[in-house]
Amino acid sequence: MKAGVIVFPGSNCDLDAYHLVRDILGQEADYIWHGETSPGEYDLLILPGGFSYGDYLRSGAIARFSPVMEAVASFAAAGGMVLGICNGFQILTEAGLLPGALYRNRHLQFRCRQTYIRVENNRLPFTGLARKEQVLKIPVAHGDGCYYVPEDELAGLEERGQVVFRYTDSGGSPTKKANPNGSVSNIAGVCNEQGNVLGLMPHPERAGEDLLGSSDGLVIFKSILDYLGAGEVSRRG
Amino acid sequence: MVDKPWIELGLTDGEYSLIVGQLGREPNLVELNMYSVMWSEHCSYKHSRAELRKFPTEGPRVLQGPGENAGVVDIGEGWACAFKIESHNHPSAVEPYQGAATGVGGILRDIFTMGARPVAFLNSLRFGELSDPRVRYLFDRVVAGIGGYGNCVGIPTVAGEVYFEPCYRGNPLVNAMCVGVMRSENLVLGKASGEGNLVFLAGARTGKDGIHGVTFASEELNAASEEKRPSVQVGDPFMGKLLMEATLELIEKGLAAGVQDLGGAGLTCALTETAARAGTGIEVDLDQVPLREEGMLAHEILVSESQERMLYIIEPRHREEVEKIFIRWGLPYANLGRVTTDGMVRALFRGEKVVNLPAASVAGGAPECEPGLAEPAYYGELKKFKLPELPGETNYNRALQKLLGDSTVASKEAVWRRYDYSVRTSTLQGPGGDAAVIRIRENGKALALTVDGNGRHSYLDPYIGGIYAVAEATRNLSCTGAEPVGITDCLNFGNPEKAEISWQFQQTVEGMSEACRVLGVPVVGGNVSFYNEVEGEAIYPTPVVGAVGLLAEPENMTRSAFKSAGDHVLLLGSKLVSLGGSQYLKCCHNVVAGALTRPDLELEKRLQELLRSLINERLVHSAHDLSEGGLAVALAECCIGGELGCVLTLPAGSGRADNLFGEGPSRVIVSVHYELVGRVVRLAGKAKVPVMDLGEVGGEKLKIMSEGEYLVDIKIADLDRIYREVIACAMK
Repeated sequence: MKAGVIVFPGSNCDLDAYHLVRDILGQEADYIWHGETSPGEYDLLILPGGFSYGDYLRSGAIARFSPVMEAVASFAAAGGMVLGICNGFQILTEAGLLPGALYRNRHLQFRCRQTYIRVENNRLPFTGLARKEQVLKIPVAHGDGCYYVPEDELAGLEERGQVVFRYTDSGGSPTKKANPNGSVSNIAGVCNEQGNVLGLMPHPERAGEDLLGSSDGLVIFKSILDYLGAGEVSRRG
Repeated sequence: MVDKPWIELGLTDGEYSLIVGQLGREPNLVELNMYSVMWSEHCSYKHSRAELRKFPTEGPRVLQGPGENAGVVDIGEGWACAFKIESHNHPSAVEPYQGAATGVGGILRDIFTMGARPVAFLNSLRFGELSDPRVRYLFDRVVAGIGGYGNCVGIPTVAGEVYFEPCYRGNPLVNAMCVGVMRSENLVLGKASGEGNLVFLAGARTGKDGIHGVTFASEELNAASEEKRPSVQVGDPFMGKLLMEATLELIEKGLAAGVQDLGGAGLTCALTETAARAGTGIEVDLDQVPLREEGMLAHEILVSESQERMLYIIEPRHREEVEKIFIRWGLPYANLGRVTTDGMVRALFRGEKVVNLPAASVAGGAPECEPGLAEPAYYGELKKFKLPELPGETNYNRALQKLLGDSTVASKEAVWRRYDYSVRTSTLQGPGGDAAVIRIRENGKALALTVDGNGRHSYLDPYIGGIYAVAEATRNLSCTGAEPVGITDCLNFGNPEKAEISWQFQQTVEGMSEACRVLGVPVVGGNVSFYNEVEGEAIYPTPVVGAVGLLAEPENMTRSAFKSAGDHVLLLGSKLVSLGGSQYLKCCHNVVAGALTRPDLELEKRLQELLRSLINERLVHSAHDLSEGGLAVALAECCIGGELGCVLTLPAGSGRADNLFGEGPSRVIVSVHYELVGRVVRLAGKAKVPVMDLGEVGGEKLKIMSEGEYLVDIKIADLDRIYREVIACAMK
């Protein structure tokens, strides 16, 4: 697999995503500068966490206008896999590639902690190796992670399996306490209708080694590898 | 026109005559402004320089000692670690969010200026009592400011400490530390070397913020201090991040002959210090400086403390490549001028020569003050305090609960969960342990990091307090298995013009120096913050020690929490404790008095060596330093962290409150698999370190028995709730 990690000015989890793909998974990875308009061929594009352009306006609101985002949109439209983590998730919602929006955390504070998320849809390229309702231990670190969609839209998302991860306790119950930011319906991650664009607030790239506290995030990346191994060809970005 | 403009600018008549003497003429107003900021206490260290020379600063690992932007030590395989701590107290007292945020931004620049990639932040905070709404406001905004900057630049905040004492009410302490990693050969100094080299300024545009910030930092706070809010700079972490990436790229590619960040005293400091260090001169054109607003005057440009700016000394042949890097990172930049050889700093403004000063005079000519020393009146009095004058403790359960619920002792999780401590995926041990541990991917090792200091101890005995601070910081490193390789210190004191404050300062430095010598740990950099007084009332003398340790085999790292039921709990080290100056006295009896336990630095050294060898031979399951609250609090913390109880027996004899809550240095609790207890006891004997087997890990309660009676018998779940509640409630 060859992954492209997009670097916006202010991205700061680019290194972690790159490290995970190269050193933990043993796959190829490149950094892609935000000014790039034709990044080349990749199997997966990762929009990493951070504070793109400082996020002084709404998180992700400026980054969506970066030159590279047009290429990301056409890559996604052609069925390419796009993974947005934290700030990457925020950028994807701002860009309209994912439904909903991410508000300031309900308690108004930045929150860094371990969370447990339950796999709600394991029929996606990102979750194929996970068991249905498997609980993953993956940390969050964000100030604007409160996911919101209007109620009527939420029903549609649920129906189409677009709610991919929910915050739960370690036993898999979506309690209020387990929700680190006040997200509607404890939603931690969603995908687009086609299922090839995924955004989530927790950081699976920070849960790739036991010595860091958890390796549960690997199931997402291994699912991607597995899916690609099943015959998907590289697409032009 | 004022008669004596230098007085307005904070200089004395004597200092002004000295300036005229060094110059051979009267300075103009622009030049006088430059002297004023550079000869301020903050920049010139005039009250501390003589004392600071006492610190041992050399060692086999030291690549760069004090005097540069940060100290640098060798960590093996061609890699080095740069680190430094700095205060941002006064700005945080009047504008807590920006004060704290720019404190973090400033220390960050100090690290990447040396060529090191920043990998961790730490901080040490002091506030008044949490019952005060103003204190809760300062506390919340300082924490938000630290997180606001650190989280945005993507460097984990991995450790810290927070104390609450009435003396810090109007003058909180905000000390920030940054640690970076670099290839040793990439070490870049803040020197303007090489005649004809170009002087570049890059980063944020220069505005009118932070003008005379260093002068503000060099005076006591009072009712009018609120009006100094314009002296506080405003941080832009996004710009800080871009500047960091661009600077590291420049250094990595070997394009920078010298690098200096612009902090206190802004451009004035950067120009004069880089020239003075190199023994060269600099010529600049101030009209080239990218400005934030029109109509700024020469002296404003020269003393502005606008954040996120850097000065680079660049060989002309690299000019194009350097400009490309600035453009790629979207940074405003300008070539201000060039390096000369005559030792003079010259500046043009609107075509006129406005500055013509010897760099060495501005940056190094300030007089050294020799203050009188006087033992404060309170000192002898408080030492005489006798414990039997207190009512005896009857309910030890309640006392322990009270201590765990004391804001200083209680869990700071509600603070550190607001900091991103896991970004960079290298945090092996985050906040909440004895020391943080981060792995260094580049050489396969790990760094242990901590900050420690207890102002109350230093108030009661500044000499012993200084020893304690160094001993505790290094002991915390040793508790993870790491070998201490260097320290940086932030010395927070009152007004040094007062003989009592100078005495506290001198005693503290003596104590710290003695501890560093015996423990073999060099001081490679630091910062002094004087004038921490409000309306004439000084804070406790508060030395804060930031320590760095090296863990050759990260997989051996040890934590403080109990791990397995059935393990034995051993107390290693000194048997001497005192309730004098303890958290127990303050918290349960509202008394700050008494004599501190006399330290035995030779025992401290043996204890730390023993600990490290036990850990590296994998003979212990956990190790935890005993500090505020003594044995009982330390045990409670081991239990809470491991979600395991323990059943222990204390030896008969000395007072029960002493045994449970007495404090003293050189004491560590370890838990050991029962089959290994004999071996650990033998090794301790061989190392001449006292050891006591107190009992076993297990159950759901902390039970401590003495002479057939349970002094403490509480469920861990209850302790846990009390321990976590207080700060979380204050932070809502």
